[in-house]
Amino acid sequence: MTTTSVANALSLQRRNELRRIWILLALFSALVASFVLDIATGPSMLGVGEVVNVLLGLIGVPVEVLPTSEVIVTGLRLPIALMALTVGGVLGVGGAEMQTLLNNPMASPYTLGMAAAAGFGAALMLYVGSLGVSAQLAVPVGAFVCCMLSAGLLFGLAMMRHITSGQLILAGIALLFLFQSLLSLVQFVSSPELSQQILFWLFGSLTNATWMNVGITASVTLVCMTLLMRDAWKLTALRLGEARAKSLGVNVVRLRLKTLVIVALMTATVTSFVGIIGFIGIVAPNIARMLVGEDQRYFLPLSFLVGAFLLSSASVLSKTIVPGALFPIGIVTAIIGVPFFFWMIIAKRSH
Amino acid sequence: MLEVRDLSLAFDDLLLADRLCFQLEAGKTHVIIGPNGTGKSSLLKALFGDLRPQSGEVLFDGECLDYRHVAQWRQRFSYMPQDIRLDIGLTVLEVVLLGRLGALSLKLKDPLIEAALEALEQIGLLHLAYRDVRTLSGGQCQMILFAQALMRSPRVLMLDEPVSALDLHFQQVLLDHLDQQTHRQHWVSVMILHDLNLAAQYADNLLVLKGGRLIAEGAPAAILNPELVREVYGVSAEVAYDQQGIPFVRTPRRGRSGHVAPAVQARSVLTG
Ligand SMILES: Nc1ncnc2c1ncn2[C@@H]1O[C@H](COP(=O)(O)OP(=O)(O)OP(=O)(O)O)[C@@H](O)[C@H]1O
Ligand SMILES: [Mg+2]
Repeated sequence: MTTTSVANALSLQRRNELRRIWILLALFSALVASFVLDIATGPSMLGVGEVVNVLLGLIGVPVEVLPTSEVIVTGLRLPIALMALTVGGVLGVGGAEMQTLLNNPMASPYTLGMAAAAGFGAALMLYVGSLGVSAQLAVPVGAFVCCMLSAGLLFGLAMMRHITSGQLILAGIALLFLFQSLLSLVQFVSSPELSQQILFWLFGSLTNATWMNVGITASVTLVCMTLLMRDAWKLTALRLGEARAKSLGVNVVRLRLKTLVIVALMTATVTSFVGIIGFIGIVAPNIARMLVGEDQRYFLPLSFLVGAFLLSSASVLSKTIVPGALFPIGIVTAIIGVPFFFWMIIAKRSH
Repeated sequence: MLEVRDLSLAFDDLLLADRLCFQLEAGKTHVIIGPNGTGKSSLLKALFGDLRPQSGEVLFDGECLDYRHVAQWRQRFSYMPQDIRLDIGLTVLEVVLLGRLGALSLKLKDPLIEAALEALEQIGLLHLAYRDVRTLSGGQCQMILFAQALMRSPRVLMLDEPVSALDLHFQQVLLDHLDQQTHRQHWVSVMILHDLNLAAQYADNLLVLKGGRLIAEGAPAAILNPELVREVYGVSAEVAYDQQGIPFVRTPRRGRSGHVAPAVQARSVLTG
């Protein structure tokens, strides 16, 4: 037996859910638009219609396209555009889950030293001359290994009983400083040319994307996102505080460890392929939170969409600010990210 | 029935429970009282399997708490911790729904949402269902968390100072609801209170804890007296009895020199 007021409230809840789904769809459309633009822009501009036609052709719709356009799109720009989308999404989700785990809206894999560790790994590989292997392979592997190593230190801490999230953040910041100093050390002892090369890697770049890189990144992302979505409610519960999450039946230590491993894996994968891209990890989840709140069923996918959208549009900008020149994407995201971040802080203050 | 045998609990050299033994019957409300920092909250955590005692065991219906299967043990518990702050962008309804964490899926079914809404309706807070919990007052948060605890439909309900932020009205709503449901659903209800008068009113069984020992246990009318209050809190108090024989405790105000009691002052304002 339900009273009318309960029935009314139920329909309100359904309307609420629908609103959030609309927000997800709206962001998805924005993402599709920036994705198409990302493919269209570059040294030889393609028409948006042409890009759409090529994409439609790829998914089996019979349309006529110029062979040159098809080569440019599938051979060069599509992997880069897909990489931008995946990497942005991963950074957004990584930030979202770090913020959830650590109960702190300013946390991200970057703040915990994971990106710095990856940077150090890459720099070290460049310094030692890739150990005789091709740099294409050695640098990502070095970055991945170091990133997982620093995450491993955090796992060790997170597994201990009675470690609070505040202590984890402190440890992460300590790691950030450690790896940054090590990175500076490598740069200090390197030759100017090598130092330049390291610097360029640190800026982050999508141009090395190949179909294989994209394939690896996308599969890792897909698996990790599925695993995270399965824990959506537990992660929501975790944000109520550790004691309360436990009281609701969450195995806090295990959930924290599992999520940390997933996030580290995703972060290490994308960072090793594209270098360090800052700010999306902090900004994207905060935008998502403002739009749909922290019910992870919506918060998690929206963080992905917002992150993907931000990086995809940053990629468009990096190609169009100065026609003909390509700005490092890491720099562009920071430059558009910082004013946005300030705006967010100021907007939040008035609440 | 929840049973504690020879339970010893300590943080380093701070002894919180010294071979405690007691039994908590189902269908009754058990109230724990004791001074700040005696280890009441820690005792609840030990019952919940969150703090591991130095020695002793906890049993539910004869089954011993096994730390390797602590999740299974906790399934029958609903535990409302002392801290009532909620700093998360969720609606009240979502927070209440989390009480049924195990049953939640990506698509929520109607009956589940209705159950949460009914839990809110029962405590008179249905109108808050769509409010962001960060905009709630402390007392409202506490009531919402109580609703969340009810959602678990537990066998053992443990509440750590559940009325610490509530006004008279909501104190009564919460405690009456607890009282009725404990009898109806045959829960083992354990609650920590600091208000001795509420404890006297709502406890079927009062447990008085101090210095790691159970100083007194039994019906409030039988054990609550000035000597006990002095022994536990070091405060001299009057204990009177109302028409139903329920004790109520009042501590005298210690005067300060040259001070006039406010009641007297107020009268003098009225008479000019
Ligand atoms: N993690 C901990 N490490 C060390 N000491 C602790 C820890 N948790 C609690 N204590 C100490 O144990 C004692 C009992 O704490 P507890 O929270 O159980 O008291 P309490 O009886 O619930 O007090 P209150 O009435 O103030 O809530 C306190 O002296 C506290 O300082
Ligand atoms: Mg306490």
